[in-house]
Amino acid sequence: MCDISITVGPDDVSLDAEIKQMSEAETGAIATFTGIVRDSGGELISLTLEHYPGMTEKKLHQIADQACQYWPLNAIRITHRVGRLLPSDMIVFVAASSAHREAALKAVHFIMDYLKTEAPFWKAEETSAGTHWVDARESDDKAKEKWQA
Amino acid sequence: MQIRYFAWLKDHTGCSQETMALPQEVSTIAQLISYLEQKGAGYQRAFQNRDVVRVARNQEFAALDDTIEDSDEIGFFPPVTGG
Repeated sequence: MCDISITVGPDDVSLDAEIKQMSEAETGAIATFTGIVRDSGGELISLTLEHYPGMTEKKLHQIADQACQYWPLNAIRITHRVGRLLPSDMIVFVAASSAHREAALKAVHFIMDYLKTEAPFWKAEETSAGTHWVDARESDDKAKEKWQA
Repeated sequence: MQIRYFAWLKDHTGCSQETMALPQEVSTIAQLISYLEQKGAGYQRAFQNRDVVRVARNQEFAALDDTIEDSDEIGFFPPVTGG
């Protein structure tokens, strides 16, 4: 039985609190991934995340369900922020707990690879030159393909 | 039916959602796109490169030749860029 929690909204999360909530008797490992708004060239003013309300939550749940079928997990938590974010803000947090580390680590990697290519979010970057929609990257599709081999 | 647009498709069409009756001559998503393109230049720009337009039918990914019904919610959007 895998406990799945999905949150899509504007709020930041407390990593400490998330991890504490996942620490229970049968859990020996909690793996996490935290995505941060990157400002590679020192030009980013903000990043605005749009999503497809309803479909986003459904899709994230499907991805988490799939991970629970592949690995013996106790819990999965996915939090994705939407709205206007600034450089260094947290954008996504994924955690998986299990009795042992391998399942937890693989599940987090799998969830991120699928989230990147299937969850309906779109980023708009604001720089001094204006605002533009970020293009999807082929390398993200490739990252997902490795799980399908 | 309800039609929703996201990201740059929304910028081009000028609206995030609209409701309309399924036209008689439309039975697939591809036919719906052709119908919408008649609505004006913004719609034509939105659907200009169909290879980069993704579609959801009732919030599940769908293909251009999938059939649609009047009760459906259809979403149009670019390839996703979350995470």
